[in-house]
Amino acid sequence: MMVRMTGAEAIIECLRREGVDVIFGLPGGVLLPLYDAIYSSDLRHILVRHEQAAAHAADGYARATGRVGVCLATSGPGATNLVTGIATAYMDSVPIVAMTGQVNTNLIGKDAFQEADITGITMPITKHNYLIKNSKDIPRVFREAFYIARTGRPGPVLIDLPRDITVDELEFDYPEVNLPGYNPSTKVHQLQIRRAAEALMAAERPVIYAGGGVRYANAHEELFQLATRLNAPVTTTLMGMGCFPTEHPLSLGMLGMHGTKYANLAVQEADVLLAVGARFDDRVTGKIASFAPKARIIHIDVDPAEIGKNVRVDIPVVGDAKNALAELLKHVQQKPWTEWNEKILMWKREYPLRYVRDENVIKPQFVIEKICELCPDAIIVTEVGQNQMWAAQFFKHKDPRNFITSGGLGTMGYGFPAAIGAKIGRPECEVIDIAGDGSFQMNIQELATAVVNDIPVKIAILNNGVLGMVRQWQTLFFGRRYSHTTLGDVPDFVKVAEAYGALGLRATKPSEVEDVLKEGLASDRPTVMDFVVHRDEKVSPMVPAGASLSEILELDS
Amino acid sequence: MKHTIAVIVENKPGVLTRISGLFSRRGFNIDSLSVGATDNPAYSRMTISVEGDDVVLEQVVKQLSKLINVIRVSRLDPDESVERELAIIKVSANKDTRSEIMQIVSVFRARIIDVSPRSLIIEVTGDEKKVDALQQMLRQFGIKEMARTGKVSMVRGSKVVQTGP
Ligand SMILES: Cc1ncc(C[n+]2csc(CCOP(=O)(O)OP(=O)(O)O)c2C)c(N)n1
Ligand SMILES: [Mg+2]
Repeated sequence: MMVRMTGAEAIIECLRREGVDVIFGLPGGVLLPLYDAIYSSDLRHILVRHEQAAAHAADGYARATGRVGVCLATSGPGATNLVTGIATAYMDSVPIVAMTGQVNTNLIGKDAFQEADITGITMPITKHNYLIKNSKDIPRVFREAFYIARTGRPGPVLIDLPRDITVDELEFDYPEVNLPGYNPSTKVHQLQIRRAAEALMAAERPVIYAGGGVRYANAHEELFQLATRLNAPVTTTLMGMGCFPTEHPLSLGMLGMHGTKYANLAVQEADVLLAVGARFDDRVTGKIASFAPKARIIHIDVDPAEIGKNVRVDIPVVGDAKNALAELLKHVQQKPWTEWNEKILMWKREYPLRYVRDENVIKPQFVIEKICELCPDAIIVTEVGQNQMWAAQFFKHKDPRNFITSGGLGTMGYGFPAAIGAKIGRPECEVIDIAGDGSFQMNIQELATAVVNDIPVKIAILNNGVLGMVRQWQTLFFGRRYSHTTLGDVPDFVKVAEAYGALGLRATKPSEVEDVLKEGLASDRPTVMDFVVHRDEKVSPMVPAGASLSEILELDS
Repeated sequence: MKHTIAVIVENKPGVLTRISGLFSRRGFNIDSLSVGATDNPAYSRMTISVEGDDVVLEQVVKQLSKLINVIRVSRLDPDESVERELAIIKVSANKDTRSEIMQIVSVFRARIIDVSPRSLIIEVTGDEKKVDALQQMLRQFGIKEMARTGKVSMVRGSKVVQTGP
């Protein structure tokens, strides 16, 4: 039976059918009819203070839960404010549906008040987007949008909603998805699987290189079984942190620019490299021509276009990581612990991640270690810069959905709103944003959102008073000429927190770190913990941009 | 190296932008692009000629295939395909040159579709080389204006690029 309703009501009905339990947004003129429908629905809506935060919160929600995150912004400036958040989700393959208001259909193209061509603007940063010109298309478009966002290689989908289509009436019918041009591949090629299995069985120095695709496909158990059966060491990308427990003897930690020296050495020595759900990003490979020079490369990816994009691949396997690894497991047998494993243990002993401890100044790495000690099951969200790298390096990751970071786009200001989204998706978990003082200030206004909606996320600022990562490059490559990277000691983050009604705490000495953390973690309110750290602590080791992974430098603080 | 691909797309707003945007964003070079209807009103067919090595071509095909509105992407092997392009060319002509031009036109099996005291419009179809050659020959008389369609291409024999899903 078909029911007659307005476009706005139909949108709410679509969201209900897609199982959406929360949306993040901020209203505006053209959205009034839709917000009016939200008012009388039981859909949970979180009012943000800046639309960028709505997109990041939807993204953080999606990464933490595996479900599709949803955000909503008005036409023109509201829509363009979403752009950074959509691009962030696109680069990291995160399923979100972004809804934007649009001017009435008869005004489109006339430079109407608050008109922006948001489908044109977001074409390169969405998996797909829609401009709905007739209210009867609402159900079909919403169903397709959610389907496209979450299947295959996930990604953001935008739906632009002219005001009049939210007012016009339609007969609601939720049609099956029919997209002749979209067939996300899931079945893996058996011959390629057998070739991959043979290569892995014959390998003397295998290395598994796992990326975000393992997490999105929920393939971490298969990965663990494969690695332990082959006794193959595993390195993960930033996006793959947590897909393999960092503490496991086979773990190499992260590879690439700020990866461990032993991960990079292992990749350079490997004779077979199995890449799963990873895309050979330049921050991972270093100089591409000398990446894994001795290895035959097996590449498993759900997106065929990733295979062969950046490196030559010897054995391509198109398919979702879970299916592909499960198939591989049928063809490989237990392999012994070898000299290769011993060599890696030796490298791990010889080149551990380390930092110089200090009695008087707080070391940021120490803060991370303490957080891990006090709250090993927390969801760790990060900002971008040194804080992000230290969080990747010094937290003992073990759960694939517990490390949330903007990898591909490297968006400062991502962490805090993403933490809000993650906390809403998984309220039972402690959610900690490991922040830089620069990044946090890019979305600091969301303290209001957290306080008003009672979302008790915790922010641990590694406050070095500088745009630390950029300063590190200036120190190393630009003769210590610190052009515009000093932020100074404003604002007083404790006072800012208090002004918003959050709890603000500060540690200036190593001896205070634990107490501040304990108090902050025990708090049931949004809490800002300001850790005043040394401004010249460096992220080490480091492969300079464009250098080979073999040229990894260990830096002193 | 030049490659020709046939792309079947849904007739939806913005499809051409999605495709041209993808080419410019990923740094692929389009030599020519032509779009037209197919026998099924829901779909159009594009013929795109791209410049690049095999790795580039593979990326072009894979990236195009990812677009939701793209139904099918086929590489057309130049040795096994017929290719045609149409051009209309307006050349200066007067009493002295007209007959010479008409001779050239007939050698190329082209046609004259408009005559005026000072100019002629010539229509030619053929592969790219033939059109290029005629253009070259006409230059001496003064080409006032020219419109070329970009090529369309099809595999010989009974093999087909299926339109529709
Ligand atoms: C939106 C945005 N602008 C600029 C940059 C470039 N950038 C990368 S890291 C960084 C410094 C970040 O400073 P802070 O948040 O204090 O972190 P720290 O490195 O000091 O830990 C900058 C400016 C970026 N990644 N994102
Ligand atoms: Mg900083």
